[in-house]
Amino acid sequence: MNPLTICLLISALLFATGFAGAVTRRHAILVLVGIELMLNAANLNLIAFWRFGPHPEALTGFIFVLFSMALAAAEAAVGLSLVIAIYRHQQTSNLDEVRELKG
Amino acid sequence: MNGIVQFLWLIPVLPLLAAGIIAVNKQPQRRLAATLAIGSMALGFLLSLGAFSATLAPHEGAGPFRAVDGFNWIQFGGPDHWLQLGWVLDPLTAIMLVMVTFVGLLIFIFSVGYMAQDQNFMRFFCFLALFAAGMLGVVIANNLFLFFVSWEIVGLTSYLLIGFWFHKPSAAAAAKKAFITTRIGDLGLLLGMVWLYAQTGTLNFYDHGKGCLEAGACMQMATQVTLGGLAVSTMIGLLIFLGAVGKSGQVPLHVWLPDAMEGPTPVSALIHAATMVAAGVFLVARVYPLMAAGAPPLETGVPVTTALTVVTWVGAITAIFAASIAVAQYDIKRILAYSTVSQLGFMMIGIGVGGVAVGMFHLITHAFFKALLFLGSGSVIHGCHEEQDVRKMGGLRKYMPVTFVVYAIGMLALAGFPLFFSGFWSKDEILHHAHNWSGSPIPFYLGCAAALLTAFYMTRQVALVFYGKYRGGAGDHAPAHAHAEAPAHGRQPSAHDHDLDPDHNHGHGHGTPHESPAVMTVPLMILAAFAILLGFIGTPAWPWFDGYLTGEAASFDLGKLFTSGTVFVLLLSSVIAFTGLTLGWILYGQRQRQNAGEKDVLEAAQPTLFKLLHNKYYIDEIYELTVIRFNAFAAWLCDFLDQWIFGGAVLLVSYAAIGGAWVCRRTDEYLINGGFDAACALLRELGGGSSKLHTGRVQTYLRVIGVALVLLILFLIWGRKA
Repeated sequence: MNPLTICLLISALLFATGFAGAVTRRHAILVLVGIELMLNAANLNLIAFWRFGPHPEALTGFIFVLFSMALAAAEAAVGLSLVIAIYRHQQTSNLDEVRELKG
Repeated sequence: MNGIVQFLWLIPVLPLLAAGIIAVNKQPQRRLAATLAIGSMALGFLLSLGAFSATLAPHEGAGPFRAVDGFNWIQFGGPDHWLQLGWVLDPLTAIMLVMVTFVGLLIFIFSVGYMAQDQNFMRFFCFLALFAAGMLGVVIANNLFLFFVSWEIVGLTSYLLIGFWFHKPSAAAAAKKAFITTRIGDLGLLLGMVWLYAQTGTLNFYDHGKGCLEAGACMQMATQVTLGGLAVSTMIGLLIFLGAVGKSGQVPLHVWLPDAMEGPTPVSALIHAATMVAAGVFLVARVYPLMAAGAPPLETGVPVTTALTVVTWVGAITAIFAASIAVAQYDIKRILAYSTVSQLGFMMIGIGVGGVAVGMFHLITHAFFKALLFLGSGSVIHGCHEEQDVRKMGGLRKYMPVTFVVYAIGMLALAGFPLFFSGFWSKDEILHHAHNWSGSPIPFYLGCAAALLTAFYMTRQVALVFYGKYRGGAGDHAPAHAHAEAPAHGRQPSAHDHDLDPDHNHGHGHGTPHESPAVMTVPLMILAAFAILLGFIGTPAWPWFDGYLTGEAASFDLGKLFTSGTVFVLLLSSVIAFTGLTLGWILYGQRQRQNAGEKDVLEAAQPTLFKLLHNKYYIDEIYELTVIRFNAFAAWLCDFLDQWIFGGAVLLVSYAAIGGAWVCRRTDEYLINGGFDAACALLRELGGGSSKLHTGRVQTYLRVIGVALVLLILFLIWGRKA
């Protein structure tokens, strides 16, 4: 079992955990947390394919992930502010009850 | 260009304007109507005199004086195809202008008296003025198209005036008959016109060498041969002659003219004796160059062509035919009507055998004395309280001396009384040329016979009307209109003949005839003067008229009277006239009929012949049985075809359309609409079903994405292996 496979397995485990969280949790913030986990699993994949790929000397994967993290941070900020806006509007953050965009 | 030519158009336009003004005036302004009509005619007469004097003036060039003017009217076809309207001034036009305006003027004046009691006085003068406009248009036209337009105006007014008393069924029928019969002839004229245009590309008579009557076009048409080996010019000439046959009442289209006497008497005088019916003769005279085209050169100078031969024969047959009918008529106007038909036949003979001048000379003299006779008969009818039957007249010489004298002059002129009357000279001219004609001697004999009959029936008429004793009265005549004088008492005039001074019986209408007022007698006297004097412009000794029309100076030479051929015909026509007059006097003058119901002398002697003549050779009945019945059958057939064949076809098509429409509607309703409805319902259900997928639960979507992702991965893994 080479290090790439280990990294991919960890990444898959991380993705599955994140997916399970995003699907099962009712609270919007916990769903966001799940999404962040899945995003990090993807980042881990990128790093792993760069580190153990044919050209580890070029910094492509690293830069890619850095951008991805910056995007994820921005996304998390937008997501959180959306959650707050929804909560203010509908007095709940339970996703089962937030079913309409109308309002 | 001569000055007067440019104003020639005013002559017909003036009466046209008068007619228009009278027509739009609503109020019954009799004085205005009469003044306008008479004034326009008087002005026209003065202008005509001016035009006449212009043609008399010496001019350069050979042949008669001729000046044309005109303008482009309608452009059609190519850039240089203009329909031109124009007028021509030549001796033929000038002499007709003077005659029409002068006779017209006198008849207009006469009408003021004759129609004084009529309610529709305005309408009458409107029509009369319109007629004058049309007739003068015919006379001045330098263009067959303008000619045709004027010709039809004349036909229309003839129709309107014959049917002037349209409340009488006979007048309405006569008007229709006149219109339809002349229409048959006009069809020929129209065809001739179209053909002429196709051949020459112009309808102008004279156009500085380019006109259709000038030598170039005539030669071109005379050399072309068409149907039956006849030259094109001959065919066109004959078609145009057909128009003249209709208008001038020649056999076989003469039937309308006697019936046309249903109109007021001035109309009979103006239209159906002096001018309109002469328009046909004038037409033949106008297109004479066309008819004479292609004649072999002859020494006598009178061309003989197929067209002119036809003209001669038609004229000769008409002359004898109508003259024989006139012998056996009782209606004073009908006798004159048949006499007119007969004299028109004479004019046709004259043109056919002797050229334009011969026919036109008789036309002019005839216009004067026949207008005189008609107006005289109008005066008689007026005096006899609208009685037209000569059997119920008689002895009028005593009651109407002025009318008697002028009527006698007219009668002698018509009968051809030698030397002093115009009719003698003009008829003699015709007979003279017929005698010399190289075509056939028969027209000469027919003409002589017709002349004999003319003298005979005119003597008969005068004897019946003016001699003997008055046979009217006895209460059998109702005044046809409210007469200004006392109503008829119906006393026999013979009872107090002795105390009736002929000069003082005006206005004493105790059931007896009375003399007409001056407004009627003065025109009669003027016409009578011309009926005598006009003869002297065309005697063989001084053929001024002939020279005037042909453009040669006439010389006075009494010796010409006594050349052998001339003196023979002169003597012959004198003998004929005297024979006719004597016969008539012996049969009708010496032994007067005693009462209105008595049989005619001829009827007693030859009942079958008289009956045949009295019924006009049954021509009307023959037409009734053939042409009219055929026409009625054709109309019925057309109606039948229309109703059942064409109507059925139309009905069938409409039912087919309705059936098609029904099928379309069903298809539309059930197939197309139904299909769309079904498709729409399906779509709606599908939409409803798929809308259920959108629950709005974000996590459900996420779950679906997850399952799909797993499936995709599984597919990729196993798919690659396979």
